[in-house]
This record gives sequence, structure tokens and C-alpha cells, in this order.
Amino acid sequence: MDYLDHLEAEAIYILREVAGQFENPALLFSGGKDSITLVHLAKKAFRPGKFPFPLVHIDTGHNFPETIEFRDWLVEQLGEKLIVGLVQESIDQGKAVEQRGKNASRNPLQTVTLLDTIEKYGFDACIGGARRDEEKARAKERIFSVRDEFGQWDPKRQRPELWSILNGKIHKGENVRVFPISNWTELDVWNYIKRENIALPSIYFSHERDVVLRNGQWMAAAPFLQIDGEDIVEHKSVRFRTVGDMTCTASVDSVATELDDIIEEIKASTVSERGARMDDKVSEAAMEERKKQGYF
Amino acid sequence: MNILKFITAGSVDDGKSTLIGRLLYDTNSILDDQLEAIKKANRKNNDGTVDLAILTDGLKAEREQGITIDVAYKYFQTEKRKFIIADAPGHIQYTRNMITGASNSELIIILIDARKGVIEQTKRHSFLAKLLSLKKVLVCVNKMDMVGFDPFVYEKIKSDYMILANRLGLENVDFIPVSALKGDNIVSRSERISWYDGASLLDYLETISIEDKKTQPWRFPVQWIVRPQTEDLHDYRGYAGRVLGDGLTTGDEVVVLPSGVRSTVKSIELAEQSLDQAQHGQSVIVHLTDDIDISRGDILVAASCPPLAERNFQANICWFDNKPLDKDQVYLLQNHTTVTKVKVADVLYKFDVNTQDKQYDADISLNDIAKVELKAAGEVVFDLNREFPENSQGILIDPRTNLTVGALMIEDVA
Repeated sequence: MDYLDHLEAEAIYILREVAGQFENPALLFSGGKDSITLVHLAKKAFRPGKFPFPLVHIDTGHNFPETIEFRDWLVEQLGEKLIVGLVQESIDQGKAVEQRGKNASRNPLQTVTLLDTIEKYGFDACIGGARRDEEKARAKERIFSVRDEFGQWDPKRQRPELWSILNGKIHKGENVRVFPISNWTELDVWNYIKRENIALPSIYFSHERDVVLRNGQWMAAAPFLQIDGEDIVEHKSVRFRTVGDMTCTASVDSVATELDDIIEEIKASTVSERGARMDDKVSEAAMEERKKQGYF
Repeated sequence: MNILKFITAGSVDDGKSTLIGRLLYDTNSILDDQLEAIKKANRKNNDGTVDLAILTDGLKAEREQGITIDVAYKYFQTEKRKFIIADAPGHIQYTRNMITGASNSELIIILIDARKGVIEQTKRHSFLAKLLSLKKVLVCVNKMDMVGFDPFVYEKIKSDYMILANRLGLENVDFIPVSALKGDNIVSRSERISWYDGASLLDYLETISIEDKKTQPWRFPVQWIVRPQTEDLHDYRGYAGRVLGDGLTTGDEVVVLPSGVRSTVKSIELAEQSLDQAQHGQSVIVHLTDDIDISRGDILVAASCPPLAERNFQANICWFDNKPLDKDQVYLLQNHTTVTKVKVADVLYKFDVNTQDKQYDADISLNDIAKVELKAAGEVVFDLNREFPENSQGILIDPRTNLTVGALMIEDVA
């Protein structure tokens, strides 16, 4: 089997195991390329039937408008259910506290809203688009990753995963994070998007916009970014290689307007995908620490 | 382009991390920001070179202790193949992690230090390779630079290893003399080992065939029933699952197990396109000509060559839990999509994982490997490990903790 067929078959198998083993699963949808790929795989797993789960978007309120537009278009096309958890609501309720200062981001607050949403709807499994090649703590992640009732990941108490057999047995209150594209690399995702002709938000392709220099990287000049006289703002041709919210995702210089250009760009890149993520640069174990708190 | 999944077993001393680091580094799979992170962490080997183990040791606890505890999966790709490396610890106290990594691999690289030859750890890893029915064993005789690239050292290790391989019944063994630290025979053939006329490690990994020569009768464990229940698809009822074995074809006669009801394959679908035949490993939807009661956990099989369906059987079991195996306790056996209550009726013997000698000791605790007899609450559908490994495998779950406490491979009917 070709490698993309193999990865696809494995992911479909995992999605169907979720459907078969859990009562009330959900698919975490961020509007990024990995979760869009998951939706495409879910179509292959369950069509002509309905998805056995809703899409859940944890909305920081700081998303790229293009992402939200795309999300609503996709949900309409699919005819599936979308649940939105608002970080603003967690802030209003006093459960999450907005960061201050120039580098303030709502990225860490997402965890609060995610855990609240899981509890509110009683989800026992949440499917996510994390990949093991992204980050070294994620390289240790299981396909079925059990979280305790506080949403915490304990890397030392992970269940061994043998062959393709997935143990989804949990106690009440616990939930499982499921990662069907664990074995995909960034390049695999792009090659698959190309092969399957999957639509993406426009920000993945080169476009012109105002960007502001922060910690050596160019961020989109968003209205909720504190920009003052000391900041350098330029109008550049850029694209986004990874899409989180606007406060933690930096752009890359690019003239890639087609999928082929993007694939060539990634092959030639000497920096990893998460190199453009401010949230990972906090410390060496930044991802591991966030995952222990309940981040996906 | 296809995928090769392999495991590297060994400890830091054998140069396992150096070997993986070398493969990643020399295939340009390590990017600048990742290298920068390594330099920032400022971990150096004794000889002052950058310690590449930090790439694979993903957890804080591992970096602090300088050891690999858990399995990490690493990815790289060349023009010819995509590779998935299961990087597993080699020490005996982490046997369960190595078994986990090996279960997801097709090939194992066994590292032998040229100065030390075949040691206890080599025997243990080779035994596990046999136990888990890995398709290929590649022995890398490492640190050849430390023995002056001496062909006689290499030949001696080769013949020592073949004695072990024959004793274990390991087939498909290959050898490469390398120096991971200096890069000899890793990406390209080394001039310093001119007496060796085989492939370099990377060449070998890129070209080695892991296709099964023997074809297996197909089995189709049902994961999910697709029923749209819409007006235009009112009678649509598809069985979704992943194919094991070869030759699942439209028109095939089918037996549904455990019920024993017979039918015929009406059609096969992949992403709403119809297929005449489904291959091993494909995730498809199968339709049958008859309307029969089938649910998750049932398995469709080729009527021409059905598997076994038994309540009592013997299996090799690897124990993963801190709590020892309890013969009075009910466990859950999960094989493919089926879950069955089982008890361990008898411990036949335990293996000494270093010498492979049988020990008549009934206590099974963490990392132990034993042959046991199981008694199930209902018929379990399986093939024997020596005939069709993928349909002989299962995990044991402790229903009190929900933990995966063991892995098993069914060897015989009782």
C-alpha cells in the first residue's frame, strides 16, 4: 500500500474505534489544516452515514476571521453539528484570567474552556489533530490518551499500546483524547490535502497583510494585539504554516499560492512547524506542562 | 512509496541514540530550531559531541535522568521510503516498553557492541523479536572503529549470533558492520570497511522487502455499522472495519462468527467508491447479500478457510502491571473489536528472558513472560501465532483499574 493509503486506513480505523468504544465522543475542530484533515477522514470513515460525534470548536475570540468564515462554511457543507466553547465566557465567569502585557495570549486559557465544555456536554472522548512529529512531548503521546477527571495527562502512567488494539476503557469522569493522525508528519498532511483536494482557509496561502515584529517573528497585526510606537509594522507577502489564534501564531515569508508551492517550501524549510508557535517557546517542557494541565 | 516501521532496541551504551540521531541528522530530518533547542539544553557526550538523545527523550523526567523510559516514535523520509522508528529503552526493567514498541514494528535493529559481542541483552532482544513475530532482524555490529574495522571480529560475532538465531528459530537475519558515531556504513558505504560488500544501513532500510510471502485467508472484524436511515438510503446497512489477510472479494462466501451464520459479500466500498477486492490493512465497508444480525465485535471470515473459535487455549503472555497476575481474577481479553471475560486457568511455565530457559514458577509479575492456559466466558475467534500472528494477538485489561495489564499471543488450543 502507498504510504498515504496506509496512514488514511489507520486513521479511519481509529475513528471507527472511537465510534464503537465511546458513548459520547466529540471531534475538536480548530479550523487548522490538521483538524480539517480529520473531518475529511471522518467522511471516509462514516459516510454515507452521519458522523457519530459533533465538531467542537474552542474559540478564543482571537481567531483569524478567515478561519471562522471557513469553519462555518465547512459545517454548512457537512450538515453536521457544531458546538462552540467560548473563552470569553470563561473569562466573564471568572474561571479564566486574561493575561496582561504585550505578549498576552488567550492560548493557555483555552484549556479552561476545553475542560468546561467537556464537562458540560459529558464528552468521554475528544478526537484531536495532534501529531507525534510536532513536538517531543507529543512524540510520547498515545493514540488513546487517558485524562483524569481534572483533564490531566500523566506521562508516567500511560497505558501501553500494542499492535492496533486500542483500550478505551475508562472510569466515570475520565475522558480520552484520541489522535488518529499521530503517525503523520507535516509533509504527509500536505501531500494528503493535495491528493484529496481538501479545501483550506485562505491564510495558509500567500497573501499580503500588515505584520508586526515580535520576538524575531512576524505576527499578523490584529486589533487585539497591543501595538505601540516602538513596534515595527510592515506590509508583507506572508502565509501561515500553522494556525492557532492570532496572538500566538507567527507568519512565514512566502510567495506560495498553490499546494505544490507549499509542499516545496516545507521540504526545503530548515525550521520546524512549531518554530512559529510562541506558545512552545516559553520553556523546554512548555508542551509537556500544558498537556499535564489538560491541553490537547 | 511505502512505510517501514522499525524498532531500535538498546541502551545508551550501545550507541542506540547515536544511531538514530545519525540517521535523522544525515537525512536532514533535524531542523535548525530543533538543533538550537539541543544546543540550548547544553547536553554533551563525554567526547564533547552534541548529545542527540535529547531528540528522542521527550519527557522532562527522561532528560533529567538521562535515560529513555518510554517508547517514542520518530519519523523520517527519504526519496524512497517513509520510516517510523519506535525508539525503546533496552534495559530489562523496561521490557514492557520494548514489547510495546516491537508490537508496532516490522523490523528490529539489534545493536551489538563489536568489543563485547553477543551479550545477555542481545539474547533478550532477539527472544522478544521471535516472540512478537517480527518479520526481519537486522544486526548492526556497532563501534567497528573501536576494533580497528577488523573483519574477523565481525565474522565471529556473526557466527555467534547465528547460533542464537537458530536456537530461537529466528529467520530473516541480516548483518551490517557500522560505526554510528563516525558514520561508517550508515548513509553510504564506508571505505574503511571495504571488505564488507553489502548495503549501508540506509540503503538496506530503503530497499528491504517486508511483504509477506505467504498469503493469509481474510478476516474482517466489524467495528461499526453504517446506517444512514435516510429516505433514499433506507435499506443501507454497511459493516465498517479494517481487513486482515488477503483476497476479500465481492462474491466471496462468508461465515459470521461467533454465530456461524453464512452469507455472501455483495459489495465492498471505500469512501463511497466500490471495490472488487480489498487488501490487507484497508479500512472499508462490506455489504452482505442477506439481512442478518451483525454488530460490533462480530467477525466476518472467509468461509473457505475459517479461523478457530475456542473457549480454552494456550498463549504466551507478557505482563505489564505492577500488580502480579492473579489467577482468581477475571480479566478482559480484547482482540480486535471483541472483548471477552477470561481467567488464567494455569501458568504452564515462565521464560527466563535472558537465557530463554523454562522456569516452573507460578508467580507472574511486571515484565515476566510466560506460557499460560486461558479459560474464556465465550468462544474467542483467533488463528494460531505460528500461522497468522496478527489474528492471534490480544491485550488483557484489568476491569477494576481499566489498565492494559498484559499482551498475549495465542499459541495452541488447550
